[in-house]
Amino acid sequence: MNAAIVVFPGSNREQDARAALLQATGREPVMVWHRDTEIPDVDLILIPGGFSYGDYLRCGAMAAHSPAMREVAERAKKGVAVLGVCNGFQVLAEAGLLPGALLRNASLKFVCRNVTLRVENSQTLFTSGYEKGQTLSVPVAHGEGNYFAEDATLDRLEERGQIAFRYVGNPNGSARDIAGIFNETKNVLGMMPHPENAIDPLQGSTDGFPLFSGLVQALS
Amino acid sequence: MKAKVHITLKPGVLDPQGRAIQHALASLGFSGVDDVRQGKYIELDLGDTDHSQARARVDEMCKKLLANTVIENYLVEIG
Repeated sequence: MNAAIVVFPGSNREQDARAALLQATGREPVMVWHRDTEIPDVDLILIPGGFSYGDYLRCGAMAAHSPAMREVAERAKKGVAVLGVCNGFQVLAEAGLLPGALLRNASLKFVCRNVTLRVENSQTLFTSGYEKGQTLSVPVAHGEGNYFAEDATLDRLEERGQIAFRYVGNPNGSARDIAGIFNETKNVLGMMPHPENAIDPLQGSTDGFPLFSGLVQALS
Repeated sequence: MKAKVHITLKPGVLDPQGRAIQHALASLGFSGVDDVRQGKYIELDLGDTDHSQARARVDEMCKKLLANTVIENYLVEIG
C-alpha cells in the first residue's frame, strides 16, 4: 500500500502519521505540501492533525481550499481511500467531503487524554482490522471536536452505517457520541481521535494500529 | 467600498462560548441577561464600485469561505 500525507502550515501530527504508515506498510509515505497540485498515484491519502492556518476563521476552513485538497476531492470521487484525523476531520467537513461540522467542545476545555471508542461498523476498508462492538483506547487532543449535524443527516448516517466510531464516555458533547464518520461510499473516514498515536506499547495503547494494518490488508 | 459581514451561529447550534460569557456577566453583577450568543464580524475593503455586484461577490465569499453554512448564518451590509 502506498500513501501520501498532506501537510499544511500548522499541521503537527504528520510525523506521527508517517511513523504509523511506515510501521504498517514498510514504506515511507509521500509528504505533499498543501500548495502542490499533484499527488502521486497512492492507495491512501491522510490529512493529519494539528492547527492548520492556526485554526484562523474556523478550524480547517482555509486548509479545505488549498490546491492539494482540490486534488484530494478528485481522488475521493474516484474511490481512493482518504483518512482525516482530528484537524484532518475538520478539513474534510469544511471541504464538504464529509457531512456536518465540528464545533467547540461543549465543556470549552481542550481535552487531551485517552478515550474509549466503540467500533460501530467493521465492514469497511478502515475498520476491517476490528470487530463490531470492539472497544479501543485511543488518545484525543482537541478543543473543537464536538460533532454536529442536523437530525435528518444524523439519522441518515445511522441508517447507512456511516458511523465509524462512537465515544464511550463522550468527552466533547458530540451528537450521538459520534467520534468518526464515513462518507456514503465509505472510502473517506474522518475521526477526531488519533489512531496514529496508539501504535506502540510505549504510547499506552496499540489499539490504533489495526486501523492501519487493516487498511494494508484491505487495499492489497 | 466597504462590506460588513456579521456571522452568527444558527439557532439550535450549541454556543458554549456564549454561555461562558453569560456566566461571566452574571459574576460581574449584571442581572437579567437571559442568553448570550457570540458571533463574528468581518470587514472587507472592496475595489468594486457597483453595489449589487459587490453584494453578489461578498455573498459568494460568505458561502464559500467566510461562513460555514452548516452551522452559521451571515448578514452582509454594503457601503
